[in-house]
Amino acid sequence: MSSELDLTLQIWRQDGPHDEGHFESYTASGISEDMSFLEMLDTVNEDLIHQGDIPIEFDHDCREGICGTCSLMINGQAHGHEKATTTCQLHMRKFNDGDTIVVEPFRARAFPVVRDLVVDRSAFDRIIEAGGYISVNTGAASDANLTPVPKEASDTSFDAAACIGCGACVAACPNSAAQLFTSAKLAHLNLIPQGQPQRFERTESMVEAMESFFGSCTNHGECHEACPKEISLDFIAFMNRDYVKAKVKNRKLAGQT
Amino acid sequence: MTLLDSRTPEGPVAEKWENHKFSMKLVNPNNKRRFEIIVVGTGLAGAAAAASLSELGYRVKVFTFHDSPRRAHSIAAQGGINAAKNYTNDGDSVHRLFYDTVKGGDYRSREANVHRLAEVSVNIIDQAAAQGVPFAREYGGLLDNRSFGGAQVSRTFYARGQTGQQLLLGAYQALAKQVAAGSVELHTRTELLDLVLKDGRACGIVTRDLTSGDIRSHSAHAVVLATGGYGNVYYLSTNAMASNVTAAWRAHRRGAFFANACYTQIHPTCIPASDEFQSKLTLMSESLRNDGRIWVPDAFDDTRPPDEIPDGDRDYYLERKYPAFGNLVPRDVASRNAKTVVDQGKGVGPLKNGVYLDFGAVIERDGEDVVRSKYGNLFDMYDRITGENPYKVPMRIYPATHYTMGGVWVDYNLMTTIPGCYAIGEANFSDHGANRLGASALMQGLADGYFVLPYTIGDDLAGRLSETPVSTDDPVFAEAETVAKSQIDRFMSISGTRSVDWFHRELGKLVWDYIGMERTREGLEKALTEIPALEQEFWADLRIPGSAATLNSGLEKAGRVADFFELAKLMARDALDREESCGGHFRAEHQTEEGEAKRDDENFAHVAAWEWNEPGAVQTRHQEELTFENVALSQRSYK
Repeated sequence: MSSELDLTLQIWRQDGPHDEGHFESYTASGISEDMSFLEMLDTVNEDLIHQGDIPIEFDHDCREGICGTCSLMINGQAHGHEKATTTCQLHMRKFNDGDTIVVEPFRARAFPVVRDLVVDRSAFDRIIEAGGYISVNTGAASDANLTPVPKEASDTSFDAAACIGCGACVAACPNSAAQLFTSAKLAHLNLIPQGQPQRFERTESMVEAMESFFGSCTNHGECHEACPKEISLDFIAFMNRDYVKAKVKNRKLAGQT
Repeated sequence: MTLLDSRTPEGPVAEKWENHKFSMKLVNPNNKRRFEIIVVGTGLAGAAAAASLSELGYRVKVFTFHDSPRRAHSIAAQGGINAAKNYTNDGDSVHRLFYDTVKGGDYRSREANVHRLAEVSVNIIDQAAAQGVPFAREYGGLLDNRSFGGAQVSRTFYARGQTGQQLLLGAYQALAKQVAAGSVELHTRTELLDLVLKDGRACGIVTRDLTSGDIRSHSAHAVVLATGGYGNVYYLSTNAMASNVTAAWRAHRRGAFFANACYTQIHPTCIPASDEFQSKLTLMSESLRNDGRIWVPDAFDDTRPPDEIPDGDRDYYLERKYPAFGNLVPRDVASRNAKTVVDQGKGVGPLKNGVYLDFGAVIERDGEDVVRSKYGNLFDMYDRITGENPYKVPMRIYPATHYTMGGVWVDYNLMTTIPGCYAIGEANFSDHGANRLGASALMQGLADGYFVLPYTIGDDLAGRLSETPVSTDDPVFAEAETVAKSQIDRFMSISGTRSVDWFHRELGKLVWDYIGMERTREGLEKALTEIPALEQEFWADLRIPGSAATLNSGLEKAGRVADFFELAKLMARDALDREESCGGHFRAEHQTEEGEAKRDDENFAHVAAWEWNEPGAVQTRHQEELTFENVALSQRSYK
C-alpha cells in the first residue's frame, strides 16, 4: 500500500505582473506518494475552491514531460531535485512526510510573472523567430533521401533538438542567461546539411536576439544540471565558436556586396 | 434526414486528386495578399496550414490558447509517421497504404480522402527532412523505417520515441519564420469562444484573452479549425490537460455538422490510474507488445505478488484466444480483452484495474541489456511514475482513451457544412473511419495542413476577390460577443459548491462506463439520462472563485466542460443509433460468435453527421453514404 504525506507548502502568490507578490503558507495532508507534484497542487486547489479561496495558477499541459509547459522552482531548484525530470513527472514519493516545500515561479527579467506561478516565456519564441528554422517553403523539398545525413551528425542534432523549451536553464542560471536553449536550437540546425546555407546568418541573429532579452553566460553549468532533457553544455561551446565564425563570415560577405 | 454530398471528384480513385488540383480555381499570387485567413490551433495541422498559407501570400492570423505554438499536444506523439515511400523495397505503395488505412478503419472512411492522404504522405517526409526534422537514419545516412502497429511493411518514419515533438517543432519553426516575416499574426493565450457567421458564411471568430479576460472579435475571409480531438471528454485520457472540443463544438452550435461522434480510440497500453486524484493517463508505446507477454492470474482475487504466481496459474489470454497474432492483435481487440478480464475481477495492482505486461521471458532469453537498449527510456518512465522497476516486476497496463476519429464533418475540400469554415487534422472526421492505424495521426494532420488545405481553400476564395472581410463592428460580432460574455457571467454567478474538475471527473466516469470500450443499448440509454442530470447539477452547483478579468483556469475549464457535456450526449446518441460494431465502436449486441466486432454494411456503411438544433433539442441525424469501389469489404480476423 502506498503511504501518505503531510506537507507544509510555501507558495508564491502574485496577482499580476505589477503586483509585488508574497509567499503564502498552505498545508497539504494525506498526499498519496503516487501523486505527481502537479496532482498534489491540484488537491491543494480543490481544497482552496472548497473553502471559497482563489486557487493557485500554475502552467501545465501534457503531464508527460514533453510539452515544456510546466515549470516551478521547487525548494530553489528548477523542476525540483530529481535529475532529468520535469515537474509533471516528479512524484511525491521523492519527498518525506513532514517536509516543507517552497514553490516559486521561474524567475528571470525576461520571464515576467503573469499570475502566481505562471510566467511569460514568449522571449523564447522571439529567439526562434530570429532564425531558428530552415527556410524551405512547403512543396519546395526534394526527395528526402537525396540528402544523406551522417548518422552521428543526425544523432547529435537530435540530442540538441530534444529541448522542450521549458526555461529551466534560464531559471537555474544566476545570470538568467538563455545560452543552453539558444545553443540547442542552433546545434540542431547547424549540425546537419540542410541547415548549412543559413548557418552563420542564423547564429548571429539568434545570439543577438537572445542577448536582447537575457543575461550573459559565465559558465556556471547550472543550466545543464537543471535541464530535464540533459542538453549538453558542449552545444554552448559549439554556438560560441559558430558565433565567432559568423562575425567573420558575415562581414566578409557584406564586404562583397 | 438528408444525404450529404462530399463533393468528391469523379474519375478513378488514383486520379481524383490530380484532376481536382487542375480543376480547382486559382488565386493569382498577387491577389492572395488580399485575403485574410484565421487559423485556430497550432498543432501539426494548424501550424503547417498557417505556415503554408502565409508562404503562398495569404494574410494569416493564428490563435492558440497555449503560451507558445510549440506546446500543442501533437508534441506528445511517440511512435512515428507513415509514408508510402517504399524505401525498404518491401512492396509498399500508395495503393497499399490506402488499402491498409481503409481496412484498418473498418470500412467507415471516405475512399477518395484516404487515397489523397496516401498520395501526399511521401511529400510530408520530404518536407520534414528539409526542415531539419532529425528522423532516425541508417549508417549510410539515409532514412530508417520500421514496421508499426501490425503493418506488414516497414513504412513508419520515426524520431526516437519523440516523432510528434520533432515534427511539431518543424511546423512550429516554419510558422516562426512566417511570423518573423510579418505575414502571420500570432495570438497566444487566446481561446476561441465562438464562430461568427454573416448570411450563412463564416466571417470570423470571438476570442478571450486568457490573461486579461478581454473578449475580442477577429474577422477574415475564411476560418480554419485545427483544434484537435475530444478525448478529454473521458476526463482520464492520454490527451493533454487543456485539450478540448470547444472550438469544434461552438462551430457545431453555429451549424457545422458533427460526424461519427461515437468513434473513439482506446489505446491498450497505458499506465493504470493509481487513485482518485489521477489527472491523466500516460501511454506506454505500443512497441512494448512486441516483447512483453500479457497475462492475469487464473484465479479471482489472487493476491500473491506476480513472481510467486507460477506459469500454470497464469492466463496469457491473448495468446490463448488469438494464437496467430497473440499479444500483437490490433488496439481495439487488445483493449476489449483487457476490459473483459478486469471486469471479471482478475485485474492486478492495488486497485485491481490493470493487467500484467511481463518482460520476464525476453529478459531471460536476451538479457537485461538488450531489453534496456530497446525500451530503456520507457522502462525509466514507468519506474518514475509508478515507483516499480519493470526489469524485476511486470508492468501493469490498462487501456485509455487516446484519439478520436469522429469530428467536424468536412467535404473533399475539407470545408465544413458552414461555407468558409474548414476543419483539419484530428478536429475533422474524414480519413480514419472507425479506427485509426498507428502512425497515421501525424500523417493526416500534416497532410491536411501542408498539402491539402492550401490548395483547396483557394477554390472557394478565388471567386471572392471583391469581398472585404465583414467589419468587426458588424452586429453579428456584437451578438456573438454578447453570447460569449453572458456565458462567462453565468459561470461566475452560479456560486455553487463544487469545482469544475469535480464535474469533469464525474462526467468522465459516466462516459467511460457507458460510451467506453464496450457499449450496450441499456448503458447508452442510461447515459442519456445520467449525463443530462449531472449537467443540470453542473449549471446549478458550480463554483469558480476569482475574477473573469484575470488568468482564471477554472473559468477556462468551465467553458470546455460545458461543451463536453453536450458532446457526451451526442456520443451516446450516435452510438445508440449505430446498431453495429465497427472499429472503436463496439456494441455488445453486435458481435460474432467469437466475440469480434460485427459490422452491418447493408445498413451502416455511411457517415452519421449531426445537425445542431436549439439548445436542449436533439440534433438531426444526416448521412453521407460511403461507397467502396476499390477495396472489398471483409470481416477482420486475427485468429
